[in-house]
Amino acid sequence: MREILYRDAIIEALDEEMRRDESVFLLGEDIAEFGGSYKTTVGLFEKYGKERVRNTPISEQGIVGATLGAALMGMRPVAELMYIDFTGVAMDQIVNQVAKVRYMFGGKAKTALVLRTQGGAGRSSAAQHAQSLEAWFVHVPGLKVVMPSTAHDAKGLLKSAVRDDDPVMFIEHKLLYLEKGPVPEEDYTIPLGVAEVKREGRDITIVATSSMVGKSLAAADELEAEGISCEVVDPRTLFPLDRETILNSVKKTGRCLITHEAVQRCGWGAEIAATLAREAFDYLDAPIERVCGMETPVPFAPKLESHVIPDKDDVIAGVRAVISGL
Amino acid sequence: MAALTKKTALRIYETMIRIRRFEVRAIELFQAGELPGFLHACIGQEAVAAGVCAHLGDADQITSTHRGHGHMVAKGLKYEGMFAELYARSTGYCKGKGGSMHIADQDLGVLGANGIVGGGIPIAAGAALGIQLQGRKDVVVSFFGDGASNEGAFHEGINIAALWRLPVVFVCENNGFAESTPRSNHQTVRDIADRAKAYGIPGVAVDGMDPAAVFEVAGEAITRARKGQGPSLIEARTMRFLGHYVGDPGTAYGHDREVVKWKKRDPIPAFGKFLEKRKWIGPKKEDELRDRIERELDKAIDFARKSPEPGPQDAMTDIYASI
Ligand SMILES: Cc1ncc(C[n+]2csc(CCOP(=O)(O)OP(=O)(O)O)c2C)c(N)n1
Repeated sequence: MREILYRDAIIEALDEEMRRDESVFLLGEDIAEFGGSYKTTVGLFEKYGKERVRNTPISEQGIVGATLGAALMGMRPVAELMYIDFTGVAMDQIVNQVAKVRYMFGGKAKTALVLRTQGGAGRSSAAQHAQSLEAWFVHVPGLKVVMPSTAHDAKGLLKSAVRDDDPVMFIEHKLLYLEKGPVPEEDYTIPLGVAEVKREGRDITIVATSSMVGKSLAAADELEAEGISCEVVDPRTLFPLDRETILNSVKKTGRCLITHEAVQRCGWGAEIAATLAREAFDYLDAPIERVCGMETPVPFAPKLESHVIPDKDDVIAGVRAVISGL
Repeated sequence: MAALTKKTALRIYETMIRIRRFEVRAIELFQAGELPGFLHACIGQEAVAAGVCAHLGDADQITSTHRGHGHMVAKGLKYEGMFAELYARSTGYCKGKGGSMHIADQDLGVLGANGIVGGGIPIAAGAALGIQLQGRKDVVVSFFGDGASNEGAFHEGINIAALWRLPVVFVCENNGFAESTPRSNHQTVRDIADRAKAYGIPGVAVDGMDPAAVFEVAGEAITRARKGQGPSLIEARTMRFLGHYVGDPGTAYGHDREVVKWKKRDPIPAFGKFLEKRKWIGPKKEDELRDRIERELDKAIDFARKSPEPGPQDAMTDIYASI
């Protein structure tokens, strides 16, 4: 199969959905001629023109509000918020408006929209450009939250997100944009709410999101040499959550490590741990472990940054701790 | 209005050169791979920071932006601490935790560069409120770009400042671009200064390539603020000579063409000529000045390179005052 970049997979998904459905259009800062800060809309302005690939002012609240308003009229807007950190500027529109109108209005409002954004550390972008804030959105009923870890998943999930009738927070990772992966030429979608077992194993389940999936797979390779067999599960959609796949895996392995880049405290992993503690209690042979970002804003200094963000070795250490019962 | 004295003019000239040379050296180091993260250079816009900050003392405050090095230098921050911060060293202004986009020094009235466009504007209003409540005579200046004037924070911050007649001056550095977006593509208002009308405060547009003009306009606004007559909005028309960030060629959105005519109005040689005409500076003094600045830069860069990096023990410090 051909291999393409994660960011090109995003472009292809947007392109195909715009071609398929005239109500799909894009808006965001610097997404037109410039092709987006992370080059995830390159070529689309030339193809679809300025009506459907709309540059916006630096007005995040306005962008999200306009996205919702257009959706209420039956359009299917896909907005880009340049960094997940900037959702802070638009939080009222996201949390009090986008997430609520369907429910408040008795299920009648149309809210088919996607808010694409990207998060994560690794480029010395410091405290306001490197956060992992997905848990904020998972916490808000009314929003769906997607976090693809590969080019293949990014494309298939984004296409589903665009077709979905609910608002979707689609959270990409800045370090994954330049990673290549196999992506079929033919049309495909990946349903929201379906996890994938990225690697099968016997001894422990690693539940990993976004950038931590690749690091966990690398950790699993190394641990295999020591005779520890890891199963790596990527939920892909944080909500709706495929509890079945995670539960089945943990029931099989009897151990679980959850890893995400976001800080541990009240992170999405806490939800998984609580779910497992209740639903898989009888199957667990060891306490559930979490390998997450340290509970600090992201520092600028590269060495500090890599210290506070979990890496492959942290996953390996975590797995060893669970297995050895330390 | 007080005329520009020789002393002030020379100081403004020096400040502009100090900013320019800081940026040039930082860019060289960045391109050599010595500095992590990314850089937004303010080359071309020096006259605004230099002309405005010439009115400010240490107790006056500023808020700045992602493109903040010039404001910092003009407000008196030291090259050592700035370079050490760009090098992510413990001796930097923020101990290597902030970087280019977050330099701050509370002792010298720098409330911070900012990674969030528009983020500093309401903070400036709040600092002015603090000053007003404390009965101080100090003022706050908030620097931001044309792009930032489309954020809610701009409108909310200025409205609050106007309502409470706060001692703050809002300085919009209109360089015609917000990242890749030309102004014609992000706002319809002809003069950003006109937005002042919406808040019932004075708004004035000034040639941001002319430090003397900036100095004069800023002087009026700052005097008003110090006298308790409330905030003003200044729109300084200027141009960044480089791309949005170091590495952006500016070719994708017409900046490269636009910048050609602005470079002819480079504020540093133009103001140098103005000073020469008045015999306020000659080649010898100019050389001395530039040598001195270069030696300071060498020393600061050396200091930064030799400074220790923060280590794991620093990771969990400075998050709370106490827990
Ligand atoms: C809230 C927010 N939105 C978007 C960005 C990304 N961004 C950084 S600088 C910039 C352009 C700012 O333009 P302007 O305010 O005119 O300042 P200039 O870069 O021209 O100095 C953008 C869009 C950001 N940092 N913060």
